[in-house]
Amino acid sequence: MIPAQFDYIAAESAGHAIELLAERGDDAKLLAGGHSLLPMMKLRLATPELLVDIGGLDELAGVSLDGDHLVIGATTRHGDLAASELARAEAPLLAYAASQVGDPQIRHRGTIGGSLSHADPSADLPMALVALGGSVVLQGPSGTRIVSADDFFQGYFETELAPDELLTAVRVPRRPGVPWGYQKFVRRANDWAIVGVAAIDGRIALANMGPKPVRALAAEEALAAGASPAEAASLAADGTSPGEDFHADREYRRHLARVLTRRALEHERG
Amino acid sequence: MTHIELTVNGEKRSDEVEPRLLLIHYLREELGLRAANVGCDTTSCGACTVLLDGRSVKACTVLAVQASGHEVTTAEGLSEGGELHPVQAAFQQEHGLQCGFCTPGMVMATVGLLAENPHPTEEQAREGLEGNFCRCTGYHNIIRAVLAAASAQAETTQSTEVTA
Repeated sequence: MIPAQFDYIAAESAGHAIELLAERGDDAKLLAGGHSLLPMMKLRLATPELLVDIGGLDELAGVSLDGDHLVIGATTRHGDLAASELARAEAPLLAYAASQVGDPQIRHRGTIGGSLSHADPSADLPMALVALGGSVVLQGPSGTRIVSADDFFQGYFETELAPDELLTAVRVPRRPGVPWGYQKFVRRANDWAIVGVAAIDGRIALANMGPKPVRALAAEEALAAGASPAEAASLAADGTSPGEDFHADREYRRHLARVLTRRALEHERG
Repeated sequence: MTHIELTVNGEKRSDEVEPRLLLIHYLREELGLRAANVGCDTTSCGACTVLLDGRSVKACTVLAVQASGHEVTTAEGLSEGGELHPVQAAFQQEHGLQCGFCTPGMVMATVGLLAENPHPTEEQAREGLEGNFCRCTGYHNIIRAVLAAASAQAETTQSTEVTA
């Protein structure tokens, strides 16, 4: 499979990339690791006229601290985030989620900014960001804004990111030593979650239980009111609207959400 | 057309390519390096695995222009002076192949894995090859080959240290 023709420009800086997006609008797409965009282009589901390559911009990569937040540059690759000592100490749930994306080859290329912008509801990092109550930094021609994970994900492959904006960084609250749980059910190695659960600090996020990563609010409220993990988990699918596909129907996904939430809460790591 | 400059198996290359040219097609069609195969063509099977700056990647999901300025290694570039690379030798010795189609990808994924983790447990070896499918299902011998290669490399390193 070969993508449709496009022009290619390696951006010289984040500012240069934003200028190009402002000029070309929706005809341009940002390329970093390319592990969501290139498969879509090969299937001709995406046919951008211009690719702006930000994959080589050092200014957008790396993990650092900013006060009580851990900041991850947009082009940080999953493998580097998973291996980052800083991330493993300050936001172990996020580092673990990065280690669960795809397979080693995919983790060597794919980036956190790319995965979040792609917004696949079954993906690891969007779910982890929602569980952690994190946010994304969006930079455009008119300035920079910080958008919470709950607001960033709008729907199936839809986000708050405007066509002329660049997601430059991801911010999550530092959570050293706080117990967390992570469960993901797949049928094949390196596959997307049929259902996934990330839990930390009384917050529970679900993957593939709707058009975007969602909170299990009924289960969270039960936990806050003193319910046991098993009691809270029995409410994990309440208020969700999972889709159906050849892997699972709705009722099976609801069942998985309850079982995986119980496991995530009972086998919390820290 | 876009100008690319990269190193492939130790040799510097300079070419004009269409931006949409995939790295796997550049290697196979432009350079005639046919070890890496196109299997699923959807980032799943790992038959097209090569090393980019020493890290395993699936060349069906990398543009040739993205490899510009970087080093690519294919199975053709592993052996030195006619000697099989320790990973290749281990695959031969442990019969880590059946039809052979997945083998170049398995070998390159193993070289990448051992660079990151020189002493994998069996479980780590299995997880480390998660991105490579063998449709003959010959996984047991492949894992034996990975572990044998790790032992062989450890012995080589030790004997080098003793000599030094």
